[in-house]
Amino acid sequence: MSSPAHSSSSWPNLGEAPRAASEVRLSVEQVSYAYSANPSQAPLFTLEANSFQARPGEIVAILGPNASGKSTLLKLIAGALAPLSGRVLLDGFVTHTLAPRARAQRIAMVQQETPLLFPARAWEFVLQGRHPYGRTLRFENEDDVLIARNALAQVGAEDLSDRWMNEVSGGERQRVILARALCQQPLLLLLDEPTLHLDIGAQVDLLATLRRLAAENRYTVVVVTHELNLAAEYADQVVLLQKGKSLRVGSPASVYQRDLLEQVFHTPLTVELGSNGRPRVNLLPTQS
Amino acid sequence: MRPLTLRRLFLQCSLLAAILFVVVVVALKLGAVPVSLYGLGRDLISVLLHQTKALSSDYGMIVIEIRLPRILLAIVVGASLSVAGTSFQALLRNPLADPYVLGVSSGAALGAVLALIVEPHLALPVWLAALFTPFGAFLGAAATIAAVYFLGQRQGQIDSATLLLAGIISASFLSAIIMFLMTTLSGRDFRGMAFWLMGDLSSSLQASLRWVLGIGFFAAAGAIYTTAGDLNLLLAGEKEAMHLGVDVRRVRLVVYIAASILTGLAVSVSGAIGYVGLLVPHVMRLLFGSDHRTLLPTAAFGGAIALVLADTLARTVVAPSELPVGAMTAIAGAPLFIYLLRRGSA
Repeated sequence: MSSPAHSSSSWPNLGEAPRAASEVRLSVEQVSYAYSANPSQAPLFTLEANSFQARPGEIVAILGPNASGKSTLLKLIAGALAPLSGRVLLDGFVTHTLAPRARAQRIAMVQQETPLLFPARAWEFVLQGRHPYGRTLRFENEDDVLIARNALAQVGAEDLSDRWMNEVSGGERQRVILARALCQQPLLLLLDEPTLHLDIGAQVDLLATLRRLAAENRYTVVVVTHELNLAAEYADQVVLLQKGKSLRVGSPASVYQRDLLEQVFHTPLTVELGSNGRPRVNLLPTQS
Repeated sequence: MRPLTLRRLFLQCSLLAAILFVVVVVALKLGAVPVSLYGLGRDLISVLLHQTKALSSDYGMIVIEIRLPRILLAIVVGASLSVAGTSFQALLRNPLADPYVLGVSSGAALGAVLALIVEPHLALPVWLAALFTPFGAFLGAAATIAAVYFLGQRQGQIDSATLLLAGIISASFLSAIIMFLMTTLSGRDFRGMAFWLMGDLSSSLQASLRWVLGIGFFAAAGAIYTTAGDLNLLLAGEKEAMHLGVDVRRVRLVVYIAASILTGLAVSVSGAIGYVGLLVPHVMRLLFGSDHRTLLPTAAFGGAIALVLADTLARTVVAPSELPVGAMTAIAGAPLFIYLLRRGSA
């Protein structure tokens, strides 16, 4: 049985469990991290102190070149890694000290796709998102089925319900994975390069869906991505990382400076401001 | 959307229990000495009523005192191996994992052989001496799975092919040590030992060992069943499972110890019987789906049915002589293993 506090009675607003509404939901406070192969050696990679805050309904994009520490920062926010210093607060809880179950009730992570070992249907996969609410040996009840149905509907994937997960397209698969994350009824939705392997139409579609979900369900969304223009279009805040250092945090318009982006990504480009006030990056041909 | 219900699980298990019952009756009837169904029924009822002295005939004695304990042993061993195989497949994310392939059975056998060698020197009371072998087998199983798990990793990740190779190499290495130990044993029944190593259900057990086997099976299988929901998520990887609220370390520990107990008990009473733990879970997955909340109990029934059938064949095809049951399961199992390997599901 899921506890009353978490069962969704407010259909169709899936994520809106009764919760204290404070302005700042996610607070990343000076978190740092170091990877090393061997504790006695100098770290191979260091993430320097990072800070930013996000409110419910906000989308934060973490940008940066390869090996700049984007995924590490995401894992720290998820509480999967314990920071070397600093802390990540989600509604006042330190994320990495939460018990796995309590954490999964608050934070949903959409990762780069992992292969399934044995075939499963989409609905079975989506129902897995109810796992953090179940006790040992509990079978899913009608509430769980309703929540899973709503989650599939919210991402426009009702018709995928009975399909096998290994037979759906990349875009469809990403929708089902997102639906499973919604089933967790999280406060914080984390996505690690969700647009990887998707065609441009599916990419726009996914981010538009995220935008809508963040607004409807009051999720705080943090997404790691390489797509500068999609981030500019859909994010409220951008964190730009380079070699484990956060260079700038702010609105896309304030972060997307031509010389800054050129220096970070090592390629000539131009930045123009669109009619909606959001910046747009155009790559220039390089002279070789 | 058709989520699993207790009712459906109950129906599936009832169906399999009914099949198991039919198989057991057939197994009781078949054998070197023919028995009529009527006589069988009459004798079973008198046993249930504790009127063992009123047994009608020598046939009844054969059925009740030789065939029935052997069939019950096959049920427990088959179910143990099958549940252990199911949980190894989920825990190691490898569809070809099972106690035999991973060398865990060989490790358990080595533990059991070492215990047999050491035990006469310890002057233990009889009931404890009977438990010494299964305990050695459990230690052997646990040590082997730890070693194979360690060797099967590449850059901190379990690698499917490396894991299987590590298992196969461990199995042959451990078998070689067992062979060596056996040749140094003088005055022992070499043939009996060889038969046991191939998998054999004909040995009669001490009463204390019967209790340990029964209780150990239900405790270990029950412990694994409490992680059934977690195992479903572990199939998608440990990181993924962790983000869905699975306490990965706890699940790994529970399954690791419980599966070692199941393998150790099964091997100490019946030797290394292969392929039951590998194939039965796959058949049950095809029939009932890959949700571990159904898969674990149905695999237990399926393993029991498969091993009772295999043992019945083993003692009837060359009657009045008999084959080791491990040879029987290997004859049926090896082709299916190759099929799974070729299908590229590894």
